[in-house]
Amino acid sequence: MASQEQLSAIKRAKVLMVGAGGIGCELLKTLALSGFQDIHIIDMDTIEVSNLNRQFLFRQSHVGQSKAKVARDAVLRFRPNISITPYHANVKESRFNVDFFKEFDVVLNGLDNLDARRHVNRLCLAAGIPLVESGTTGFLGQVTVHLKGKTECYECQPKPAPKTYPVCTITSTPSKFVHCIVWAKDLLFAKLFGDKNQENDLNVHSSDTANSSEHSEDVFECRKDEDIERYGRRIYDHVFGHNIEVALSNEETWKNRNKPRPIYSKDVLPEEQTKENGNEEKGCAADDVSAMVSLSLKNPQDIWSLVENSRVFLEALRLFFLKREKDIGNLTFDKDDQLAVEFVTAAANIRASSFGIPLHSLFEAKGIAGNIVHAVATTNAIIAGLIVIEAIKVLQKDNNNYRMTYCLEHPSRKLLLMPVEPYEPNRSCYVCSETPLSLEVNTQRCKLRDFVEKIIKAKLGMNFPLIMQGASILYEVGEDLEEDMVVIYAANLEKALSELPSPVTSGSVLTVEDLQQEFSCSINIKHREEFDEEKEPDGMLLSGWVEAPVDKDNNKPIGNDESTSNALPSMETLDGDKDDEIQETSEVVEAFAGKKRKLSEVSEVTAPDPSGPSSINQNKPEKLDIDDEDDELIISDDWESFTKKKKL
Amino acid sequence: MDGEELTEQETALYDRQIRVWGADAQRRLSKSHILVCGMKGTVAEFCKNIVLAGVGSVTLVDDRIVTDESLSVNFLILPHENHYNGKTLAEVCCDSLKEFNHMVHVAVETGDISTFGVEFFEKFDAVIISCCSLGKKKLINQKCRKLSKRVAFYTVECRGSCGEMFVDLLDYKYSKKKLEETIECQIEYPSFEEAISVPWRALPRRVSKLYFAMRVIEQFEDVEGRNPGETTIADLPGVLKLRKELCETNSLDESQIPDALLERLLTDTREFPPVCAIIGGILGQEVIKAISGKGDPLKNFFFFDAMDGKGLIEDISGPSTRS
Repeated sequence: MASQEQLSAIKRAKVLMVGAGGIGCELLKTLALSGFQDIHIIDMDTIEVSNLNRQFLFRQSHVGQSKAKVARDAVLRFRPNISITPYHANVKESRFNVDFFKEFDVVLNGLDNLDARRHVNRLCLAAGIPLVESGTTGFLGQVTVHLKGKTECYECQPKPAPKTYPVCTITSTPSKFVHCIVWAKDLLFAKLFGDKNQENDLNVHSSDTANSSEHSEDVFECRKDEDIERYGRRIYDHVFGHNIEVALSNEETWKNRNKPRPIYSKDVLPEEQTKENGNEEKGCAADDVSAMVSLSLKNPQDIWSLVENSRVFLEALRLFFLKREKDIGNLTFDKDDQLAVEFVTAAANIRASSFGIPLHSLFEAKGIAGNIVHAVATTNAIIAGLIVIEAIKVLQKDNNNYRMTYCLEHPSRKLLLMPVEPYEPNRSCYVCSETPLSLEVNTQRCKLRDFVEKIIKAKLGMNFPLIMQGASILYEVGEDLEEDMVVIYAANLEKALSELPSPVTSGSVLTVEDLQQEFSCSINIKHREEFDEEKEPDGMLLSGWVEAPVDKDNNKPIGNDESTSNALPSMETLDGDKDDEIQETSEVVEAFAGKKRKLSEVSEVTAPDPSGPSSINQNKPEKLDIDDEDDELIISDDWESFTKKKKL
Repeated sequence: MDGEELTEQETALYDRQIRVWGADAQRRLSKSHILVCGMKGTVAEFCKNIVLAGVGSVTLVDDRIVTDESLSVNFLILPHENHYNGKTLAEVCCDSLKEFNHMVHVAVETGDISTFGVEFFEKFDAVIISCCSLGKKKLINQKCRKLSKRVAFYTVECRGSCGEMFVDLLDYKYSKKKLEETIECQIEYPSFEEAISVPWRALPRRVSKLYFAMRVIEQFEDVEGRNPGETTIADLPGVLKLRKELCETNSLDESQIPDALLERLLTDTREFPPVCAIIGGILGQEVIKAISGKGDPLKNFFFFDAMDGKGLIEDISGPSTRS
């Protein structure tokens, strides 16, 4: 049990938990058992069936209810006299501002997305409150501690960005199943069932021009008197037959690639096959409608043949039009929408078949399309225990003993739980070290809107930005803006940078702030005429912002949704002992770049410790040199010169 | 693998974990029977984990009555008199565990586990014991080993900020996929008695000090006839004396079992909830691996010390079973 002084620190503490899911449930339980008496918990989600295998505070009867509230109720049952305050809300809401965060002694994250993590990181920095971060995927997990000024902040080390794929790979030259999924989900499904006004690259080929879009509208619309089955086959033939033939006509594309084969419905499913509709009428509410049920395909783990996939494709499409007509036109893909998953699986598989890519089961396809994070209770429980241990150290201001702890699937030098000393803050971290960033952009062509969307929001993670040049505000978002300002800002968005009321040109310095995150940084603008369409599809290059190395395939992106597996990078064990079954959604770590370590004042008591990666030297004397040798991160030139200057 | 498929309910509920270990492993889990003895905090955590994982059944053994201490670290016990009054620890935990997963059969077995015959253990695929004396650990382990079928055996013990786990999978064969190949693996485990009989001087130099410290306290309790966990700081002189003797017998320097460590273990005798969660989690994973036949099981001790934050594996085995 904890010592007396630990106990009193625990009793007095006011703790904020962000997230009441997999880690959250385990964490809340362990905090309560450990003697914490004042816990606040924020979570915007409601409970789903797939949560119940690990979020043990929830029951079947709770499905649909607020996670934060139900978690609170469940824990109060075995600790009735403590205070747990739930918030069924998004942590990004304005009421969770710096003043709110300042009330707490420590913040504990149990989140599943990068965006929210960055947001909380900034608020903790602004409030000066310690943050304990964590993440799990399958058997892997980690816990890290962040104290402003003493350790790295959460953003000091780059986190892998969500995986994206080039347009042409998706529309013309898929080589992996995931490419087919993205096509089926973001293009075909979106085209048929989503918002008609959305731009859609479905008929885009490298040689096509925009004038085909008029024609394509007709193709995908169901005609007034058209039989649904006819319509389905028409769509099938268009995307799997006609479009492939068109692609094949461009010889250049296929010089070094295997050619796809066009597939026509009449060849796969001869006309006279009228489906066995027997099962369909069995009391379906609109929500329960399923092509699999209708076709008696029972096992989601089965890999369907081309014929079966084609049947599912047509049946799913038919069912959407017959039973869910009102949804058509406003659907976005939802992994919990059975019919949508069936449709996307079938479509992806037919496309895969065409391109000679191995087919996948619905179970597998759903995981890829839905960015499902595989998860078990045990890892979450272990991580929760480790979080509480760090939280207690934080409360006691036990500065020399904070640890980042990695939970490994395969032991490294006998260790399954590997503690590592936290790193010092990254002096070029634009979030916690206020280092200016640089942006190369064509100031005459680039509109403010693109700058805001692609740089400020997407890359810098600001939600409510304020952009200024000197004393001029170029753009801001807020609730109580004057009407005429709103008009001006809207107009500014459409202007090129150099044409703004306060012109942004080479040499301009912009200050960008997010008032809610109390985070600001400056960006030095450099004009550049040309950008490589392949390598710099955004037409902008941001430097000083350290990004994890991405796929060299990554040019103009068609996104897969933001991966929820942006849990902290999963570990590749140090002995190079890779688990070959790690799924594609797990990210590979770059954690052990040879950076400066946190300097401990008390040296290790025992003999040189065999634990930890070889790049860590626990006994390293107080040196200010930065050893870049093991550094695999992309470091901008600015950083190196900056640090060299510092030494002199 | 037998052709029985997972039900729709199982597929929906277990979706996220099937993505970790596969449908076959899930099927095997659903047919497994687990025996658990000694319902303290760590074991409560473990039970929660395997019930959520979807094992076939969990049988609980613990006739002790609920006390304040058991309430303090065991979240399966609700602090309402009518919840636990008149019931044993096993009964109260059984009621709570059932709620976590209706597909798992949770039951209670009364009586002293050391009196159960060998045939009793044959019903199970894994046996986990905690809060047991040295004698009991050896006895149960032997009974399990006598069976013709393999019954995985585990002990677990947490004291304050430390925890220890032991695994005996007898002669364990399993296969794993590396790239496109399937590799056949085999690991031989020593029994608990064999493991702790390995002379200390024969062990690798850097074996965790916690291993030795736990053995000293275990021996002390055995010699003094104490119930597990009842040794306290008042017993320190006696424990230190025993340490001296054991070290002399084993030609081990006493500094390998630091005073500070023993003091800690005797001062914090209660379980520490974060450590319960960690050890209960590791134990859960190990049992799932052994039942499903998937994944490298650890051999054969696991230690955690919140003081240094390391969770490490020690292979304590004689030359015949040393990996």
